Formats: sequence, C-alpha cells, structure tokens
Amino acid sequence: MTAPLLIFFVLATLAVLGAVSLILQRHPIHSALSLIVVMVALAGLYLLMGAEFVAAVQIIVYGGAIMVLFVFVIMLLNAEEEERTNFSKLATYAGIPLAVAMTGLIAAAIARSSGALPAPAPSGALTSTKTLSMLLFSEFVYPFELTSFLILVAILGAIVLAQRES
Amino acid sequence: MVPTSHYLLLSAILFGLGIVGFVFKRNIITLFMSIELMLNAVNLAFVAFSQSLGKPYGEVFVLFVIVVAAAEAAVGLGIIILTARNRRSLNVERVDLLKL
Repeated sequence: MTAPLLIFFVLATLAVLGAVSLILQRHPIHSALSLIVVMVALAGLYLLMGAEFVAAVQIIVYGGAIMVLFVFVIMLLNAEEEERTNFSKLATYAGIPLAVAMTGLIAAAIARSSGALPAPAPSGALTSTKTLSMLLFSEFVYPFELTSFLILVAILGAIVLAQRES
Repeated sequence: MVPTSHYLLLSAILFGLGIVGFVFKRNIITLFMSIELMLNAVNLAFVAFSQSLGKPYGEVFVLFVIVVAAAEAAVGLGIIILTARNRRSLNVERVDLLKL
C-alpha cells in the first residue's frame, strides 16, 4: 500500500467517524466539535489531492468562521441535550433503509463507471493559487462580484432577523 | 496515487450520513450541521472531479459553494435565534404552527 493511499484511508476513517459521531452525540456542542473533525479531515484530503488553496479556505472559512458561528449560537441559546421524542414509525422503518439504499445506489453507479473516469493527474500537479485567482478574476468575475452582493444581503438579513424588537 | 472513485465513494458515504442526521436529529442546530456536512461531501466530489479531469473549474465552484454556505449559515442561524426566542425550545417537533 502506497503512502498516499494510507493517508487517504486514515483521513477517510477520521471523516466518517466524525460524521457518525455528529449523529450519535446528544449534546449539540459535541456534534459541533465532531463536525470540526470532519472538516479538518476533508482539508487534509484536499491537500492530498493537491488543491492547496481550497484546503486553506476549508480550514479558515469552514473550520474557523462558520463553526465559530455555530458554537456561538449554541452558547447564546444555552442549548441543552436533545430531548428524546418518539420517532414516527415511518422515519424509523423507512428512513434508515432508504438512506442506505441511496448511498448504495450512488456507490454502485460510481463502481460501475470507475473505468470511465480518467486517471488522476500525476502527483505533484498542484492547482496553484495563481491559476485559481486568474480564473476567478477573469472568466468568473461576474459570479464573483455577485457573491459579494449575496454576502451583503445575507448580513443584512441576519441582522434584521436577530435584532430584538423594541 | 489514490483513485478518484475512492474520493467519490467517501463523498457518497458522507452525504448519506448527512441525510440520516437530517432525518433523525431533533435539535434544530444539529439539523443545520447535517446540511453543512452534506455541502462538504459535495465539495469533496467537486475537487475529486476537478483533479481527475485536470481542470481547475471544480475548485472555483467549490469556492462559490463555500461562500453560499457561509451566507446560508448566517441567515439560518438568525432564523434559529428567532425561532428559539418565540417557541422557547430548540426541538423541531415543537415548531408545528403550520401543522393541522
């Protein structure tokens, strides 16, 4: 087993364990910490694939900003342990099999078409930040400017929603 | 070298776990975290395809997805704060004003 494959399996196991822990934990703050583990593992996988800028953004924006926002809200609302309400029968008996079936379906489709996928680029083929930024500021400049507008609207919306009515 | 199908399989598994979390959790904040998990799974597939095809477009798309996720988190958490203030609970079962 080559070293990249070994690193992949370690990080993949970490990500899946974090995701399972996100579901099994009862307290939201434990779920949030599990989600941070998943995000750091995914950043490692991006580095393994050579997407260095995406890995950095994943750590800074997801692991940093968004998760801090989540933990902040959990503390602000003083969230307690999830109370156990009786599940609907449909969710219990149809939900898990359907979720497993869907994952299996996707996996089967991938396994069947894996021969059609082009071979991965040779290792060391980093997508440089320069390439990415050239693309972002030339070909994708209109979507890029639109996202700034989206962020502005989101900030205004969040302020209006969360302010206390006097 | 890790085959692309490995990354896609991991992406599918994480997406499935996100769905399970979204269906079975009762806390509204945890539901939101399950959505973030699904977005992350999709991002992984995007980067895997981008590397596999040797073109950087997938990574640019991932950046846009992250921006939209950040905006969604800001607005969504605002809604959660509002809901928690009005209903005095974070349990989604208690948010049933539209239920007959």
